[in-house]
Amino acid sequence: MRKHLGYMTSGAVGAALMVGLAMPSQAVEIEYWQYTFGARVDAIDALIEQFEAENPDIQVTHTNFPYAEYRTKVAAAIPSGEGPDVVQLFYGWLDAYREAELLVPLPGDVFPSSEIEGDFFPMVQAMNVDGEYYGLPTAVRSLALFWNTKLFEEAGLDPSTPPQTLDELVEFAKKLTKRDDNGNLLQAGLTIAPAGQDHHWWREVLVRQFGGEPYSADGRTVTYNDEAGVKAIEFYASLLTEHQVSEIEFLTDGQTAFKAGKAGMTIDGSFRLNAFNGQRGLEYAIGELPAHEGNRFNFSSYWVNGITSKADGEKREAAAKFLAFITQPEAMQLWLDTVGELPARTEAALVPANEDNPQFGPFIKGLAYANSTHFVDEAAQRQIVIDMLDNISLKGMSAAEAVAIAAEEEQKLLDSFYGS
Amino acid sequence: MADAGTTTLTLEQKRAIWAWVFLAVPVIFYVIIRFYPTLNAFVISFTDWNLVGERTFIGIENYVRLAQDPVFWKVMVNTVLYGVIGLPVSIVFAFVVAYYLDQVRFMHGFLRALYFIPFLTTAAAMGWVWRWFYQPVPVGVFNLILVEFGFGQQPFLRSTTQALPAVLAPAVWAGLGFQIVIFLAGLRAIPSSYYEAAKIDGASAWRILTEITIPLLRPTIVFLVVISTIGFLRIFDQVFNITTQGEGGPLNATKPIVLYIYESAFDSFDMGYATAQTVILFLMLLFITLLQLWYLRQK
Repeated sequence: MRKHLGYMTSGAVGAALMVGLAMPSQAVEIEYWQYTFGARVDAIDALIEQFEAENPDIQVTHTNFPYAEYRTKVAAAIPSGEGPDVVQLFYGWLDAYREAELLVPLPGDVFPSSEIEGDFFPMVQAMNVDGEYYGLPTAVRSLALFWNTKLFEEAGLDPSTPPQTLDELVEFAKKLTKRDDNGNLLQAGLTIAPAGQDHHWWREVLVRQFGGEPYSADGRTVTYNDEAGVKAIEFYASLLTEHQVSEIEFLTDGQTAFKAGKAGMTIDGSFRLNAFNGQRGLEYAIGELPAHEGNRFNFSSYWVNGITSKADGEKREAAAKFLAFITQPEAMQLWLDTVGELPARTEAALVPANEDNPQFGPFIKGLAYANSTHFVDEAAQRQIVIDMLDNISLKGMSAAEAVAIAAEEEQKLLDSFYGS
Repeated sequence: MADAGTTTLTLEQKRAIWAWVFLAVPVIFYVIIRFYPTLNAFVISFTDWNLVGERTFIGIENYVRLAQDPVFWKVMVNTVLYGVIGLPVSIVFAFVVAYYLDQVRFMHGFLRALYFIPFLTTAAAMGWVWRWFYQPVPVGVFNLILVEFGFGQQPFLRSTTQALPAVLAPAVWAGLGFQIVIFLAGLRAIPSSYYEAAKIDGASAWRILTEITIPLLRPTIVFLVVISTIGFLRIFDQVFNITTQGEGGPLNATKPIVLYIYESAFDSFDMGYATAQTVILFLMLLFITLLQLWYLRQK
C-alpha cells in the first residue's frame, strides 16, 4: 500500500516536473535504530543532518528505545517488515541476528574486506563471517586504570605515576587501602568488582598475561582451564583474600566507591568518563592497564551498524551509503567528541590530538593490544566469573577447582549456542 | 398481532445483551493480553526460540533440561524457602501487631498509617536502602548495631547462608502493612456481642483469643495466606535490587524462580527454557491456590 502511494507520488512529481516546476525527486526514506543514550542520540542526529545535507535524495529517520527493550523490539520489528534499515547492535549479538537472517552482508563494493582489515582496529574482524562483513562500528571501547590523584598523594605516592606492572598494582593498592583499628574497610586500594569490568580484565587480560588464551581461535572452546587460568584467578582472588585491598560489594560497586572518593584505583571503560567527569571533588587520572612480564593486553567491546534484511532495492543502496557515512573518520571524531567512545579506524584514533589526550589517550593505546571476547551470552558468562571468585572467597575452594568448574559451565554455554 | 415477529427479545434478554456489550471490553482485553499470551507460553515452552529466529519444536526437551539443571533445583529450593519462612513469619507478626493495634485508641490512625507506609514504598528504592543497611561497618547500620552491643559483624549478603533471610526481611517488612490492615478489618468485623458474652462468662484473654478471635478470623487468615504465598513464591523486586549485578547471588543463594525466568528470557534470550519455567511456576501456584481454596470451602 505504502509502495503504491510512493509510486503515485513519484508519478505526480514526474508530472509536475514535466510541467516545469522545480521540485526535488522523491527522497528515499530509511530508518536508523539505536538504543536511547543521551550523547549517542545527539551524535547520530548531528551525523544525520550532515548526511542529509550531502545527500538530499535520502531521508534518515532516527528512532531509539530504552536499552532494556531494544533487543526485543528490533527482533520483533524486522521480520514483520517494519523496523530499521540500518541498525545498531552489540557485537556479541551478531551471530544470533545473522542466523535469524535479520542482517544482510555489507555490499563488498562499498565496503571492501581488504580496506576494513587495513583501516579498522583488528578486533573488528570478528564481524567477518565466511569472507563477508555484517557490521561495522563507529566507535570502540577499551579498559584502563583510573586512579584518584588526591588519595595517591595522601598515601605518599606520586599522583602522576600509576602502577606499571601487576606487582606494582598490588603494592600501590595495599598502600591505598585504609582500615580502622578493628580492621573495618574505610577505603579500598583497588576496587574488586567481578560484576563490573573486572570479568573482562580477568578473561582477556590476566589470563593472557599469565601465558594463557581464554578461548580457542574460533571462540568455540574454553581454553583457560590450565596453569595460566589458575594463576590468573589466584592473582585476582589474592587481592581479596591475601592482600585484602577491598571487599566485594564495598559501597555496592566499583564505580560508586571510586566516585565517592573511597577507592584509590579502579579498572573501568572509556564509557565511564562522563560519569566521573561530572563528579564534583573527584580528581583522577587515567593510565594503561598494568603490564605483566612486559606483556600488555586489553579488552575491547563495541556496537556495530548493520544493514537489515528489510532494506531492499534503493533502500539498501541508501542504507549502505549512510552506513559508509557514519563509519568514516570524520564521523568517528564527532562520536569521540560527543559520546567519548573511541574511533574504530586506526587513522582516526591514532592522531596526536587523541593519543596525547589525557583522558582518551590510555584507552586508545589500549586498543592496539585489545581482544574482544566472542560472547554468546554475556550475562551468563559474566556470572561464571563472579561465581568462580565467590567459590574461592566464600567457600574456600581451590583456584584449580574453581577454574575447572567455570570452564565446564562456560563450555556448556558455548556448546548449546553452537549446537554441538 | 401486528407486532408479532418484529420484537422477539424480552426485557431480560435485552438486559443480558447490554450487559455483555459492556463486559465485552474487559473480556476481549483480558483474552488478548492475558489468556492468549498464557496459552502461547505453553506452546513456546515446547520450542527452542531465541526471540530473533524461527521457533523450533523440540518436544519436552526444555522440561528434561530443567530436571537436569542444578541451578533450577537450587532456585526451586530458594523459592520454597521464601514461602516457608516468609509466610508464617509475616502472618504471625502481622497478626500480633494488628491484635494490639486494634486495642490502641490513642493515635490509632497515625500508627496504622506508619505500618502501611512500607507497603507503598517502591521495592527498588527499598532494596537499595536495605542493601546499604547490610554493608559492613562503618557503612552498614545493622553491623554497626551488632558491634555496638559487642557481637561480631555478620557478612549478611556476602554469605551463602545468611543472604536469603537477609533479602527476605525487607519483603516481609514491606508486606506487613497490607496484612495488618486486612487483619484489622477482620478483627473489626467480629461482632462485639461475642466478646461481651465471653467476658460475662469470665473467659480468660487467651481463651477469647483462641476460641473466638482466631476461629472467626479464619476467612481473613485464609485470604492472607493465599495472597502472601503467591507473593512470596513470586518474589523478584527485592532480590533483583538488593543483589544487582550479582543477580540472586552469591552463588545463586538468593535466586528465586522468577529471577531465573527473567534471566533465561531477557539475558540469555532462551525463550523456550524461560516459558517452561513459567509453566512450572504456574502449575505450582495453581495447585497451592486450589488447595487453599478447597480448605477454605470445607467449613
